[in-house]
Amino acid sequence: MQLADDGSGGRFWGGLGLRQKQVVWAWAFLAVPILFYALVRFYPTAEAFYIATTNWNLLTKPAFVGLANFERLWDDPVFWKVFRNTVLYLAIGTPVSLLLSFTIAYHLDRVRFMHGFIRALYFLPFLTTAAAMAWVWRWFYQPVPIGFFNDVLVAFGLPQQPFLRSTTQALPAVLAPAIWAGLGFQVVIFLAGLRAIPTTYYEAARIDGVGNLTILRRITLPLLKPTIIFLVVFSSIGFLRIFDQVYNMTSGDPGGPLNATKPLVLMIYQTAFSSFQMGYAAALTVVLFLVLLAVSLMQLRLLRDR
Amino acid sequence: MAKRMVTWLLLLTGGLVMLTPLLYMFSTSLKDASDVYDLRLIPAAPTLDNYVKVLSDGRFLRWFANSIGIATVVTISNVFFDSLVGYTLAKFRFRGRYLVFIAILSTLMIPTEMLVIPWYVMARNFGWLDTYWGIMFPGMMTAFGTFLMKQFFETVPNDFLEAARVDGLNEFAIFWRVAMPLVTPALSALAIFTFLGNWTAFLWPLISTTKRELYTLPVGFASFSGEFQREWEMVMAGASVATIPVLLVFILLQKYIVRGVMLAGIKG
Amino acid sequence: MRGFRWMVVAWLASFGAMSGAGAQTVEIEYWQYVFDARIKAMDELIKRFQAANPTIKVKHTTFPYADYQTKIAAAMPAGQGPDVVQLFYGWLDNFVAAKFIQPLPHDTFPPAMIEKDFYPIVGAMKRDGEYYGLPTAVRSLGLFYNKNLFKEAGLDPANPPKTLDQFLDAAKKTTKRDASGNLLSEGVTLDFPGQDYHWWREVLLRQMGGTPYSPDNRKVAYDSDAGAKALNYYADLQRVQKVGQVGFMDEGQAAFRAGRAAMTVDGTFRLGSFGGIKTFEWGVTELPAGPDGKRSNFASYWVNAITTRPTGAKLEAAKKFLVYLTSPEAMQVWLDMVGELPARKAVAETEKNLSHPIYAPFLKALAYSQATVFVDEMAQRQVSLDMINRVLIQNQDAKAALAEAAKSEQAILDRFYKK
Repeated sequence: MQLADDGSGGRFWGGLGLRQKQVVWAWAFLAVPILFYALVRFYPTAEAFYIATTNWNLLTKPAFVGLANFERLWDDPVFWKVFRNTVLYLAIGTPVSLLLSFTIAYHLDRVRFMHGFIRALYFLPFLTTAAAMAWVWRWFYQPVPIGFFNDVLVAFGLPQQPFLRSTTQALPAVLAPAIWAGLGFQVVIFLAGLRAIPTTYYEAARIDGVGNLTILRRITLPLLKPTIIFLVVFSSIGFLRIFDQVYNMTSGDPGGPLNATKPLVLMIYQTAFSSFQMGYAAALTVVLFLVLLAVSLMQLRLLRDR
Repeated sequence: MAKRMVTWLLLLTGGLVMLTPLLYMFSTSLKDASDVYDLRLIPAAPTLDNYVKVLSDGRFLRWFANSIGIATVVTISNVFFDSLVGYTLAKFRFRGRYLVFIAILSTLMIPTEMLVIPWYVMARNFGWLDTYWGIMFPGMMTAFGTFLMKQFFETVPNDFLEAARVDGLNEFAIFWRVAMPLVTPALSALAIFTFLGNWTAFLWPLISTTKRELYTLPVGFASFSGEFQREWEMVMAGASVATIPVLLVFILLQKYIVRGVMLAGIKG
Repeated sequence: MRGFRWMVVAWLASFGAMSGAGAQTVEIEYWQYVFDARIKAMDELIKRFQAANPTIKVKHTTFPYADYQTKIAAAMPAGQGPDVVQLFYGWLDNFVAAKFIQPLPHDTFPPAMIEKDFYPIVGAMKRDGEYYGLPTAVRSLGLFYNKNLFKEAGLDPANPPKTLDQFLDAAKKTTKRDASGNLLSEGVTLDFPGQDYHWWREVLLRQMGGTPYSPDNRKVAYDSDAGAKALNYYADLQRVQKVGQVGFMDEGQAAFRAGRAAMTVDGTFRLGSFGGIKTFEWGVTELPAGPDGKRSNFASYWVNAITTRPTGAKLEAAKKFLVYLTSPEAMQVWLDMVGELPARKAVAETEKNLSHPIYAPFLKALAYSQATVFVDEMAQRQVSLDMINRVLIQNQDAKAALAEAAKSEQAILDRFYKK
């Protein structure tokens, strides 16, 4: 088999087998990117991991303190509250948003008239500025007669809710705009996944007289599995890293009230840039990193099982 | 048939409801400062003053241009490099391939906030502070883009590439002339998400610049807010204006994105 | 690169000064946060200063207020930075500990002069007998009130409340609720994240007979009976008197601007924003006096300090610039353009200022104001926010809330002073 020879490298190059040439090309392609990532990501990350073992506070020279920051983390009730919040953001956010977006996509898929327009309507919130939207949503949560949500509740004879002023309702209240903003992205992906299912499957099922619900369960959802997994993982990472919505919705009392809404990234941000305790912040970052790594590896495991 | 109609109506209503916060944003941008808190959806005395103030501010156009320039350059860089790496990871077999992939993927797991200070020290040491390059360099390639492109390249049948090899093309030409055209939907998706991400980036552009001429749009807007002041009507006007370019990019690339995202969904 | 260049310039400059060739231009860099009025005022001051000192050039660098501390935090370890810097007075300890700013040289800023000419609140800038910075302007708190709502409730808008009792009375009369008891307009805004936590800590607490910290500022002292009294007084405004509601109209200043709050405790920094109010008339008065007539107030300020970077001719230039920034002329310009009160007593207490309907209440308060010495302002603020939330949301008893807050805050103070 004659190999393509671009004439460079002479005898050495010509002597390499096809596979080996490919390997050379591969590393050639990867050379600059790897250098880039090493410089811009790996080195600073390694630095952050190292800082986690010091007591650096930006102002004095760092001193090695071993695992002291991690011990402090372990004993810190705020950390556990924050950890719990972060898990809640994931546990509530991912299922709710996926359920909503799937329902919307499922029905939108069957609509022809003004399909593009409606799709754009759902996608628009994804393009907005978090700070501006947070301000608007805060007005929605006001008590009667100003807040829209409470007005609706009272109209139905239900009691008013404190929403952002409650330690139990604040987290879901802050999560809502995050779900709202991300819905469009998920809808579009689901639409795509649905479009990919060959209609022959549906036709065959109809001929057999199978009902809509069964079609959904036995045909649609299994065939959508790759899409679902893709969305589960990316939205998981997104919710675990939530920051903008929380920061903007609770700007007067960040992560409040009483740490009810504070996610890990906000705690890291405050520890690093308000209190200047870089060592502790770095330790928190390591924890976040490990959680995200675990989640992502889980995805890859699931993917491979196909 | 009636069921279809009901579904359609519900969907349309849902979509319009989704839009409500945006309507408030727009409505606030049309209000005078003293009316902002009357909270009406339709402004009592709508005015374009805020937009005039925002747009006629000479610095605004500068910030707008900066944001567009930076987002464009970074997007182009990502489109090229993320594709190159994604292609390599998808189509070449070599030892260490999985490790490289995991290593790059792991860069998604460290929040920017922690990297900002090492980046600052690096930028200072190389003299990149207060330069466009300084603002751009951390984002020139991303794991998100790389992962996305890898998924897409996996859908490209190897036969095409083999045929090109037989024809005598070198590997780079195969990548550029054969593989890339086959994944244009993915490239469009990558382009819009990268553009959007850079358009709204705030923390790093804030840290890496002191000269006002270099501000990006979000940083510039932050100067409308002081220690205690937040002129919301200005913020909303600014936010509305800032939505326009991204909206345009979305409208232009919409149909490609759906096709592109579609394939990503399949591959999971 | 930049640091090296500056070094060369500084070297040349000092060399030039030494050899008597004083015509060398020295450039110094000044940092402050960006806000239109402040920028304009500072540009004006720089213009005048440079006109009077042709051999000195001042480079004015600004950046958005958001993440101001982050900016400085990133610049400091990188050796980047200004020669003269503006910082919030509450950040002084961090900056001093980092050896970022130097004590003001005695030849140009003798402590005796400072103590004579400036308001006593400047004392918060003193560490071990040395002053580290001086403000151009200071801010204090006042009671803003809505004259229209007062008239509607039958109160005299020309005679705002002077004591806490009168204040409570006015609040009750101006609170409006609808048929179901929902709040339509509150008597007073309740916004701890705003200025209320200063009002509680430096005013109400003292008026009830307590103090927030020990004289050396190292020990928390507000978990006392007086503290409980003050905390209960504030919390009862919502719980018992029902004249206000935390979170109503999102922020206190929003409620006031919308005409849905008859009174609000806020500072001079709010004058710009309230100046745009068109739907009603408003006035300001001193914060109400306590049960035995005691008055107190909270003052805050941004100080200008000299960093540890400049030496030789640059240091001289920096000193000159700082002298100018804290001169009576500069203070007057700042008052006119930014609306913040002069830090020098003589400049503040002019006939014109003292009879000014808006500035007078704030100015009079400077004589009896306190400037809390913070070691970590954000963290200490959070402790207070959590405390009031525990009382109002979780119904914790005031004494218990204070004890918990005192413990947290003491930990913060201890961690700082142990260094």
